[in-house]
Amino acid sequence: MKTNTSTIFNEHHLIHELKHYLPAQAPLKDFIHHNTLHGFQNLKFNKAIYSASAIFGYRVSLSLAEYRAHYQSGRINQVILAKVIAQRKGPDLVGEWKDKLVNNQYHKDSPRIGSLRSNWKKHYHLDLDSQVHPLLFRILCSYLDQGISMWNFPIGNKGFLTAIREIEKGSFTSFFKTKRAKDLLISEHCGIQSLLKILLGHDEKLYDQYVFDQQFSHQGWSGMVATVEDQPQTLLDHKKITLHDLIIFELLLEIDAIDSHFGEEWLPLEQVIKDRPVELFAEIPVTELDEVTSLWQDAFEWSYYDEVLAGLKETKQEARIDKPSFQAMFCIDDRECSLRRYLEHEDPSCETFGTPGFFGVEFYFQPDHGKFYTKLCPAPVNPKFLIKEVGVTKKNEKDAYFTKHSHSLFRGWMITQTLGFWSALRLFINIFKPSMGPATASSFKHMDQYSKLIIENTKPDHRENDLQVGFTIEEMADRVEGLLRSIGLIKNFSNLVYVVGHGSSSVNNPHFAAYDCGACSGRAGSVNSRVVCHMANHLEVRAILRSRGLMIPDETQFVGGLHDTTRDEMMFFDLIALTAKNIELHTKTEHVFREALDLNAKERSRRFESINSHLSAKRIHEKIRIRSVSLFEPRPELNHATNSLCIVGRRDLTRHLFLDRRSFLNSYDYATDLDGKLLLGIIRPLGPVCGGINLEYFFSRVDNQKLGAGTKLPHNVMGLFGVANGIDGDLRPGLPSQMIEVHDPVRLLIVVEHFPDVVLQVIQKQPETYEWFINNWVHLVAINPETRELSVFNEGEFLLYQPIKEHVEVAADLVSVIESHDENLPVYSIS
Amino acid sequence: MAYLLQFFILLPIVGYGISLVVPRSKEDIISWSAFATVGAHLIFFQIFLVYWLFHGYPTLDYKELVIFRTTDYEFFVDFYFDKVTAVYLLVGSFLTFLVTIYSRYYMHREPGYKRFFNTILFFYVGYNVVIFSGNMETLFIGWEILGVSSFLLIAFYRDRYLPVKNAVKVFSIYRIGDVGLILAMWMAHHLFHENITFLKLNNYELVHGHLQNHTWIGIFISLMILLSAAAKSAQFPFSSWLPRAMEGPTPSSAIFYGSLSVHLGVFVLFRTFPFWDHQLSVRIIIALVGLVSSIIATGIARVQSSVKSQIAYASIAQIGLIFIELAAGLEDLALIHFAGNAFLRTYQLLVSPSVVSYLIREQFYNFIPRPQTIEDSFPKRMEYTLYMLCLKEWNLDTLMYRYLWNPLKMTGRKLNFLTLKRVIYFLIPIYLIGLFSVYNREIVPDQIKVYLPYVFSLIALITVLKAFTERKHARVSWLLVVMNHFWVALAISFNEQFSFSQVHYYLSGVTIAGILGFLSLRWLKSHEGSIDLDQFHGHSYKHPKFAVVFLLACLGVSGFPISPTFIGEDLIFTHIHEDQPMLALIVSLTFIIDGLAIIRMYARLFLGPHVKSIYEMAYRSS
Repeated sequence: MKTNTSTIFNEHHLIHELKHYLPAQAPLKDFIHHNTLHGFQNLKFNKAIYSASAIFGYRVSLSLAEYRAHYQSGRINQVILAKVIAQRKGPDLVGEWKDKLVNNQYHKDSPRIGSLRSNWKKHYHLDLDSQVHPLLFRILCSYLDQGISMWNFPIGNKGFLTAIREIEKGSFTSFFKTKRAKDLLISEHCGIQSLLKILLGHDEKLYDQYVFDQQFSHQGWSGMVATVEDQPQTLLDHKKITLHDLIIFELLLEIDAIDSHFGEEWLPLEQVIKDRPVELFAEIPVTELDEVTSLWQDAFEWSYYDEVLAGLKETKQEARIDKPSFQAMFCIDDRECSLRRYLEHEDPSCETFGTPGFFGVEFYFQPDHGKFYTKLCPAPVNPKFLIKEVGVTKKNEKDAYFTKHSHSLFRGWMITQTLGFWSALRLFINIFKPSMGPATASSFKHMDQYSKLIIENTKPDHRENDLQVGFTIEEMADRVEGLLRSIGLIKNFSNLVYVVGHGSSSVNNPHFAAYDCGACSGRAGSVNSRVVCHMANHLEVRAILRSRGLMIPDETQFVGGLHDTTRDEMMFFDLIALTAKNIELHTKTEHVFREALDLNAKERSRRFESINSHLSAKRIHEKIRIRSVSLFEPRPELNHATNSLCIVGRRDLTRHLFLDRRSFLNSYDYATDLDGKLLLGIIRPLGPVCGGINLEYFFSRVDNQKLGAGTKLPHNVMGLFGVANGIDGDLRPGLPSQMIEVHDPVRLLIVVEHFPDVVLQVIQKQPETYEWFINNWVHLVAINPETRELSVFNEGEFLLYQPIKEHVEVAADLVSVIESHDENLPVYSIS
Repeated sequence: MAYLLQFFILLPIVGYGISLVVPRSKEDIISWSAFATVGAHLIFFQIFLVYWLFHGYPTLDYKELVIFRTTDYEFFVDFYFDKVTAVYLLVGSFLTFLVTIYSRYYMHREPGYKRFFNTILFFYVGYNVVIFSGNMETLFIGWEILGVSSFLLIAFYRDRYLPVKNAVKVFSIYRIGDVGLILAMWMAHHLFHENITFLKLNNYELVHGHLQNHTWIGIFISLMILLSAAAKSAQFPFSSWLPRAMEGPTPSSAIFYGSLSVHLGVFVLFRTFPFWDHQLSVRIIIALVGLVSSIIATGIARVQSSVKSQIAYASIAQIGLIFIELAAGLEDLALIHFAGNAFLRTYQLLVSPSVVSYLIREQFYNFIPRPQTIEDSFPKRMEYTLYMLCLKEWNLDTLMYRYLWNPLKMTGRKLNFLTLKRVIYFLIPIYLIGLFSVYNREIVPDQIKVYLPYVFSLIALITVLKAFTERKHARVSWLLVVMNHFWVALAISFNEQFSFSQVHYYLSGVTIAGILGFLSLRWLKSHEGSIDLDQFHGHSYKHPKFAVVFLLACLGVSGFPISPTFIGEDLIFTHIHEDQPMLALIVSLTFIIDGLAIIRMYARLFLGPHVKSIYEMAYRSS
């Protein structure tokens, strides 16, 4: 962490630092999971989280009471706890520390943030927040609004501060109560520094801290402004706003509020405060409480990891089937983990794979009649291609209840007397017989099933807005080859190879984008699966692949599909292109899929209070579908909750295990990649994507109030880009409590099936990838493909690990386990 | 048929009672008790409705019970049923029924599940008491229940700062409405020399006969009714509370602030329609209030960029139109309009989270950069000015502070010299002297006696102002609040010769609740250390049960209809003569501030973020 040793105020440095620590969540439609404490990622995990806690007042772990309860219930293993303490504190001190862990009471000091600015209240009895925030938030929200208001901010194209200045100049009224602040704004003599001088006095040492205090008193809004400044494309209706403008306007409002109480003659803060507050980023001492919690956390994590590793060690080498009945590729998403298990259960001769759900094809997508492009690949990638949809005949359904006419006076008068009564009926129907409506966010609406996509680029000059429309044959071949090789699917092709993306459906859910595919930037993966299948079926592409040694038999056809993870429904694309024989095969597989989806729904239902898990799979599936369109259901699905593992390797590693939908599964065959060339491409996104998801759940779970969004029940949609509580609250980034309540905060354990030295060499290739591992934001274990030995990555090297648990329990009757438990289940062996 | 009316009140009360005793962990039974209560109520009503219609929909009136009687005063509960009640009940029971089912799933696993359903049923009790009320007194009982349950619903997320702050804000506006009703009741009592029923108001000759010689009294009563109707229905100048009430879970905002609660102001106008029907000036004023509200609220709704506040202001605008319709005598149209608006806004609020996916998709396919609006054709200066005013809600939110609360606080702060010791050494002897002279009236000269009610009521006002602005000591504030009632009683005792039993009746509730509250505060101080009133302490986080006890004490002292004080307050007012508006004003002011001081104290001590658990609490601004 950078400590502020320079005494001279540097505006750019301040804003840069602020942006570094502010929440980085994009507007709702682009909700993408990321490490909530990304600002501290350059530090070791423990150092980072305890610093964040001491500075910003976040809770960064479970409470001692929660750990102790887990210890009592046996979820934290005694042996492992002793082992963890011995490792960290030495074997002699195990007893002493264990006593501290179990019995000691601790007190925590107040966080540093806010201590300087609180002096207004202390010395002037002035509550600046309540004077400034409501108006500031309202103006910000109106300026950034994407389409809720009927009368937009009058000047929208000029930048925030300029717009305010212009509107102030040309109006009979003012946002300010007093003259000085208004004059400062209009005269343009209002740099951050000069305003801070009015408020604080000459001591520039206080400036940075004051602005931090100020901006972190509403970190949601500040974070949104910083994000929109850096990524203006995240708002469809672009807005020019900068954090710099926000700070200036807020400082002016503060001066205005103070002036309105005391006139222009008041002493700046510097002259009234007695003690200087501790510098925000000054060295943070490690407290015993921090050490105690980190020991608990390690023991908690390893109690779980240990049984997973014990299970992985028991891998049974199965004879490879020459020609599986079908092959199916899914996203690595943890929600697909159980569906794959059921497919293999229903049809043991099939083969399933996992790979990031954009299937190696990166592009922007423009739906027919769409006025914008949508990015369909991981967020950090900037594609050069555009896929266009044509030939859509279906119109989007409208819903009169969202029309703004009902908010105007006279049309509103008409509407209340007509539509008003109809809404009573609508409400009645919606409660007793929920069904899909125009307001539902449905994964199947992402792309029209029967539309055409322009996938092939025939003329190199066919470009739009600097993007090439479609891919050339060569580009297609590269992508198909990359995809197949990375998952090790290079021979034994079945007649049908399914490529299944995923999306979700929900209603009354502002966080809908968080439920879709993270590898497709929070959209459904349907277009990607269709595009990659088209490529792989292309005869010229096949010819190129053949020349590169990748033989795909002529009878093999790739079929795109979409799995709706909320409704457990599946849709297939372009079936019309299948050969007669493959159609016949597909009819059979479709049946397998249907059965598997029912069973998957049943397994998911064990978490849902309102569904009786003892019912038949079909009945439960019906209820799950209704649930997804129920207005009153804040948990249409549980999304990534409980995610904790990421396993990179052959399916043989995990096929015999029940992992309780907690694992990302990435297919990879070390034997086809002995030097680890492909492995780099696989491991690189695991940190930002899977690690990001995991840490967002982690921190939203441990501090749902400050790092999460709190309960979603009172949420109010602000300007279509964020949610807040009530009408004048701060924006609430992070995940609502309904998404994280069943989540266990454990870091992601990445297990790679390869030789430790190869893995070590791969992760060290890029510093930004290595940071995730060396700073312990994720755990890494390599499993030796020949000896099955496990090695844990620790401080830059791999150390052998022998699981304490010798065998995982065998679940003879998984169905009854599912029917009778709603908590996290241990790892079971199922074969 | 009329005797059936009481069951409409009884049923929700029984349901509420049941919901109170169900253990917190039994989500199913809790929600089922609410759902069954409202469902049974709905069915009972449907049957009753058919029966009633079949018998030619007569207007029904049922005198339930007389609670207090003296020679010239009778406090009785009276029920009434006509088409207005029928429509309000139809809308209310239907929406509450749907929302209880909705919340059953929606609230699953929410801390406070039980509290939520308790409060909803409590609200439903209040709603029914209001719409079935046959006289002002009964209506006022329901009115008070609604006020408190609204406060509790808005502050449902009691560990956060904003819900608590806004709950106090809304409560203070409601309190103004309450006093409007008290004053209307006071004057009506003097006008008719009885607690008149709404049934009798329909008697044109009777009303007209009384009003003929008392035009101004008629106008005063009507304006006081309008004041409380405007406050409750968020009309000008009280509009800004409605969007701020949207702090609870969405379904509770949807039925209470989207539909039922806000339309109760309209209900009071419906009920008193025969009274002001023939006062043209009053009708014009009502229409004007409606007109100004609807114009201003429409403008504000147009600039709102958050869904719930947009719906709130749109609803206020429609209620403004309902005021106009009613003032124009279009009762039936107003009733239809009420029902349509209530259904529409409830539904819109319930589906409001869907607006993101729906409008973003609309925008994706139909985006027009900066569509032209009507305001673009205005001159720039005019456009900017109007826009800014609408964005600032025409300063309506700060208005109340600037012209009402802040001056009161300022006056209160001037009383800082009143410490606990001085209160005891200075005020108590004076009180004792006063008390002595009440019992020995003959020793006080008549010239002085005339002024004594004013003097003592002013002291009451001072004590309560001091209580309202006390920052440091909760117990001082509490003592002052309790003493306030004693001063008022003393003041009125000098105003008119009446039986002391009435005063005892009035003070009995205050005394018991006062002692209970004082003991509670002592207990809290000994367990938690400092209990100043300068910030929110959030003690309900650690002591939820204890918070309920103190709340009960608060309600007792503030004259909530659980203690005889409630009737006592009404009784006291009957001893203020119609030619003493000043005295009435002072006493009613003390009642307003008394309620505010108490709710402030409760909020500061028990609500808000818990001071001792900083790391578990949300940010202040969230």
